[in-house]
Amino acid sequence: MNGRSADQTGTEAVALGFRARRQGRQAQRRASAQELGAIIPKRGVPWLYAAPTLLFVVAIFAYPIVTLVKYSLENVGTSQYLPTTYVGTANFSYIFKDSLFIRAIENNLKLFLCVPVMVILAVILATILYDRPRGWKVYRVLLFLPYILSIPVVGIVFSYLFTYNGSINEILRGTGLGFLAKDWLGTPAWALPTIGFVIIWKELGFGIILMNARLLSVSEEYFEAARVDGAGWWRRLWHIALPQLVPAIAFFSIVELINMLSWVFAYIYVISLGGPENSTVVTEFYIYRQVFENNAIGVGAAAGVVLLGVVSVLIAARMFMHRRLTAYGYD
Amino acid sequence: MATTELASADFERSRRASRRRARVGSISRHAVLLAFTVAALFPIYFMVSSALKTNADFAGNQLGLPHTPVFSTIESAISGGSIFRWLTNSLIFTAASVLISTALAALCAYPLSLMRWRPSRWLLTLMIALMVIPPIVLIVPLFQMVVELNQLSTYRSVIVIYTGIMLPFSTFLLVSFFSTIPRSLLEAARIDGASTWRTFRSIVLPLGAPAIVTVITVQALWVWNEVLIAVVFLQKESLRTLMVGLTLFNSRYQVDVPIVMAGMMIGTIPMLLVYLVGQRFFIRGITAGGVKG
Repeated sequence: MNGRSADQTGTEAVALGFRARRQGRQAQRRASAQELGAIIPKRGVPWLYAAPTLLFVVAIFAYPIVTLVKYSLENVGTSQYLPTTYVGTANFSYIFKDSLFIRAIENNLKLFLCVPVMVILAVILATILYDRPRGWKVYRVLLFLPYILSIPVVGIVFSYLFTYNGSINEILRGTGLGFLAKDWLGTPAWALPTIGFVIIWKELGFGIILMNARLLSVSEEYFEAARVDGAGWWRRLWHIALPQLVPAIAFFSIVELINMLSWVFAYIYVISLGGPENSTVVTEFYIYRQVFENNAIGVGAAAGVVLLGVVSVLIAARMFMHRRLTAYGYD
Repeated sequence: MATTELASADFERSRRASRRRARVGSISRHAVLLAFTVAALFPIYFMVSSALKTNADFAGNQLGLPHTPVFSTIESAISGGSIFRWLTNSLIFTAASVLISTALAALCAYPLSLMRWRPSRWLLTLMIALMVIPPIVLIVPLFQMVVELNQLSTYRSVIVIYTGIMLPFSTFLLVSFFSTIPRSLLEAARIDGASTWRTFRSIVLPLGAPAIVTVITVQALWVWNEVLIAVVFLQKESLRTLMVGLTLFNSRYQVDVPIVMAGMMIGTIPMLLVYLVGQRFFIRGITAGGVKG
């Protein structure tokens, strides 16, 4: 391990030495982030510290991603009698003709609609909490509670609440809204929106905490000045809180968009298993099924490559934002 | 004189109006907060209250408090599943992978944040990008790898995978915390002739301790609640984690809601404790990216 990282250091140092000149502006920014007092290590020492992590990154991220791309171009054999064959883009044309895959992507996009709902609710609730009404700390802890529950627990509890004879319908019937009662998770048209609701229920607390923390780090003078000038609650929200919240909103939105795309498997697995009538199949679940139930590894891998492509757009957005915010001195 | 009186009356009226408005505002604020709090707590209330009912009690009384709270449901939930074995497994996976990944991340974050090191910039960018790779994408090839190495359903393989998947996030978080360590201390250490390792041990680690606790709390919750990897890589019954066990528990007892809810409640308690103890650290961890940028 040591020998290898020392070798790397030599070439890296040369390559980076050449590149250094081109990075005038970036270097300036770097100088502010990584101040002058930084430790000046002996050559290769930083690589020694980073080596174990980088090894893991190669084994768990780099190698699998390369393999995934390779699989997506193959009909992966599952035994010695079914050897692996190269099939070119056949897997890709298969998934784009597969209505289930299209629906899975659509379902992910529909879940994106949860994000604006969460942002709006989180901003409003965080602003209310910022006014420090009596007991606001208690409210904050309680509103955050759903976020720390695990997805299986949340999913299972809600799947009972939402059955036809479950408590949600019982409440609706009891309050004269019985006409709204339905088998929420058993009706194809309602299953996905219901899962969306569960996701919002669980993730909202994160948004509230995030926005609240951001507001608390903003100087109170702005709010005080607006209050003295007689600005009402909505105007304070619109003209002062909202502009201050922009970085937090951007961060939260992108994190949640990524969640809706690549971390909803557990909800689907626990609540609906993709049903009823495949109405809640999402991309992750589609891949899982193709690979681990149908043994169609190549097809699953092709879907994985597509998912990776979509996610990388969001990754780019996130990194862009990170850099921008660092440049603005939020760091 | 009349005018001043009028003016003061006017002033008085407007002050009363604004106070009234403030009161209305305060009431509506509390109404909104209360509504959302009730919505947030209702499923939790349902879980706990059902766990304290018998199945017969539940049939006639889904929503209300239990007529007489019973613990027999919880007892049979404990004896009906292998909850303690699942708990132990979850504990092993969580402890091992969180400790290894936090230790390695701290080592890696040290040069990334505090040393003058050219690659640190793009390595950090790489870590941010890796944080959001969907796990399912990695799991397809990792599964073939693990099968080929004959490591399916072993503690080892899953601990390695959890460790690896957590590393980018842990490293990123520690980098952003470590960068706030005052440079004058590093300078002082250098003047005293401390080696990089010595500086790490006697300055970075002690000062970074709260950050490390933060990372441990956030990551422990993640591993504890993880489902996909546990489902795919742990196919032996004896290795099941609590979260996978609970979903099985659910399908086994579907007709007996109270017993399922009791199982869910038992599964929630350990992490609730971790959260309550490490609340401050946890909140700092999850807000780190958003508040600071």
